[in-house]
Amino acid sequence: MQAYIVRRLLALVPTLFFASLIVFVTVRLMPGSVIDLMLSQNDISADKMSRDQLIAALGLDKPMWEQYFRWAGGILLHGDFGRSLWQNTPVAELLAARLPVTFQLGLMALIVALTVAIPIGAYSAMRQDTAGDYVGRSFSILMLAVPSFWMGTMVMVFPSIWWGWSPRIMFVPFREHPLHNLAHLIVPAVILGTSLSAVTMRLTRTMMLEVLRQDYIRTAWAKGLSEKLIVTRHALRNALIPVVTLIGIQAPLLIGGAVIMEQIFVIPGMGLLLLDAVYQRDYPIVTGVFLIVGVAVMLINLLVDLTYGLLDPKVRYR
Amino acid sequence: MAVAAEPLALARRRSRGPVRHFLGRLFREKPLGAAGGVVFILFLLCGIFADFLAPYGMNEISPINRLKPPSWAFPFGTDNLGRDMLSRCLHGAQLSVIIGFCAAGLATFLSVFLGIITGYLGGKVDLIVQRFVDAWQSFPDLIILIVVVSVVGPGMPQIIVTLGLLLGIAGSRIIRSAVVSVRENMYVHAAQSIGASTPWILWRHILPNVMPPIIVLFTTRVGFVILAESGLSFLGLGVPPPAPTWGGMLSGSGRTFMFQGPWLALAPGLCLTVVVYAINMFGDALRDIFDPRLRGSR
Repeated sequence: MQAYIVRRLLALVPTLFFASLIVFVTVRLMPGSVIDLMLSQNDISADKMSRDQLIAALGLDKPMWEQYFRWAGGILLHGDFGRSLWQNTPVAELLAARLPVTFQLGLMALIVALTVAIPIGAYSAMRQDTAGDYVGRSFSILMLAVPSFWMGTMVMVFPSIWWGWSPRIMFVPFREHPLHNLAHLIVPAVILGTSLSAVTMRLTRTMMLEVLRQDYIRTAWAKGLSEKLIVTRHALRNALIPVVTLIGIQAPLLIGGAVIMEQIFVIPGMGLLLLDAVYQRDYPIVTGVFLIVGVAVMLINLLVDLTYGLLDPKVRYR
Repeated sequence: MAVAAEPLALARRRSRGPVRHFLGRLFREKPLGAAGGVVFILFLLCGIFADFLAPYGMNEISPINRLKPPSWAFPFGTDNLGRDMLSRCLHGAQLSVIIGFCAAGLATFLSVFLGIITGYLGGKVDLIVQRFVDAWQSFPDLIILIVVVSVVGPGMPQIIVTLGLLLGIAGSRIIRSAVVSVRENMYVHAAQSIGASTPWILWRHILPNVMPPIIVLFTTRVGFVILAESGLSFLGLGVPPPAPTWGGMLSGSGRTFMFQGPWLALAPGLCLTVVVYAINMFGDALRDIFDPRLRGSR
C-alpha cells in the first residue's frame, strides 16, 4: 500500500506542473487592451495606478519564464498568491476564507446525490425492464438535461409567487449559527445533488446488474436469504466500489455547479469570489482561484484512488 | 426451410442501404432515441429558419405590450420591454444551433486529430500529451470557461473557440482509446507491412474504423455546448445582450421581472431542457447502436 501511495504522489508532480502552466499561460494571454479597460473601469477605486504600475503589479514587465518562476516559487515557498489589485488583501487570505464554504456546499450536494442515486439505481437494476426501471432511467437522463441555473431560478421565483416563501439568501457561517447556515445551503445542495445524481444512478444500475448475475448471488438465493439481505449485504457492497471512483470524476462538475449556485443563492464561496474577481478584472484573485480549484480536484482524485485501493485489494498490486 | 429463409432475409435487409438500415434499427429498437432525434432535427430547423418562423423581431420593443402573459398573440408571453418571448426563443435556438454546431465541430475535429496522433503513434509524445490532458481535465469546464472569457472578453467567436478547445482536448481521450484498440487489427499490420505511409494508414484504415465513436462524440458535444453556453450567458459572460440566448434570457434584466411575469422564467429553460434532453436521448441511442462498448460512459 505504501509503495502505491508513493507512486500515486509521484504521478501527481507532472500533472501539477502542467496545471500550473495552464493557469499561468491562460491568464497571461490577456491582450493589452484589457489593461486599458482595467484602468478605465477602476480609475476611481484604488489610488490611481498608472499603466506601468498596473503592468508591474500584474508582473507583466518581466520575461515570461521569470514571471512563472516568481509566481510558482512564491506559492510553493511562502504560500504567497499575490495581492488583490483593488482591495490590496492577500489572495491567500481570501482563498482560505472562501474555500470551506464551497467545500461544505459540495459535500452536502454529494450526500444528496448519493442518497438519491444509490437506492434508485439499485431498484432499477433489481426490477430491470419494468415500468419502475424506465421511470428511474428517464428521470436520470432528464436530470442531466435540466440546467441547474434554471432549477435555481425557478426555486427562487415560483414558491415566492405561490406561497410567499423564498429560500434564504443570507449567509451565516456554520460556526455562528449551524441551523441558519444549513437552511441556506440545503436548497442549492439539493439542486446540485439531484443534477449530479443522474450519472451515479446509471453507474449503480449497471454495476448492480453485473453483480446480480454473479455466482455468489445465486448461492445467496439458493441459501434462501431474503432479497433485502442479498441486496444490502452481498450485491450493493460490491456494486458500489466503482461508484467511489465516480466521486473523483464528478468533483470538477460539482465545483463548476457550485459556482452557479453560489451566484444564485449569494453564497460567499470560491465561485462567487471568482465571478466578482472576473467582473472587476482582479487577475491575481482569478489566477489564485483557478489554481486552487485545479489542485483541489487533483487531491480529491488522489484521495478517491487511495480509498479505492483500500476497498478493492486487487488495485494495489497492479 | 427456416434455415434457408434466414440468410435471404438478412440479404434483403442489407440491400436496403446503410442509412435506411440505421433508421429502421433506430425506430424499432430505440423509440425514445428516435423521438430525441426528431426533436433534434426540429430544433435544427427552428434554428435555421428562425427568421421566417418568428412572428416578431427578436429585439422588437413594444411598450404597450410589456409583460403580457402567454396568449394567442404572444404564445410565450412578452418580457419587460414588450419583446415577444416566442420570437426570442426561436432566435435563441438559432444562436444555440450556430454555437452548438461550430464548437462541437471544432471540438470533434481537435479530439480526432489529437486522439489519432497520440493513439496511433504512442511513445513520448503520447506520454506528454496525456499528462497535459490529465492536468487539463482537473479544471472544471465552467471555471476554465469563466477564466478564459475574463481574459479574451465575451462574444460568440470567443465562446466557440474556447468551448471547442476545452471539449476537444477532453474528448481526445475517447478517440485515443478507440484508436488504440483499432491499431492492433490485422488489416493495419498488413497495411504497415506492404509499406503504406502513416498518413495513408491513418486516413484509410484508422479513421473509418473510429467513425462510430466520433459521431456519438459530436452529437453529445452539441448538447453539452448548448448547456455550457447558456450557463455562461446566465452568468453574464456569454454572448452579450441584447442577443436572445436562452441562458441570457434567464438572467440580467429579465430576472428582476420574473416575479411579475413568471412565464419569463419558463420558456427559455423549457427550450433548453427539451433540446438537451432530446440530444442526450438521441446520443445514447446512437451509442447503443453504433458502439455498445461505450455504454455507460459520459
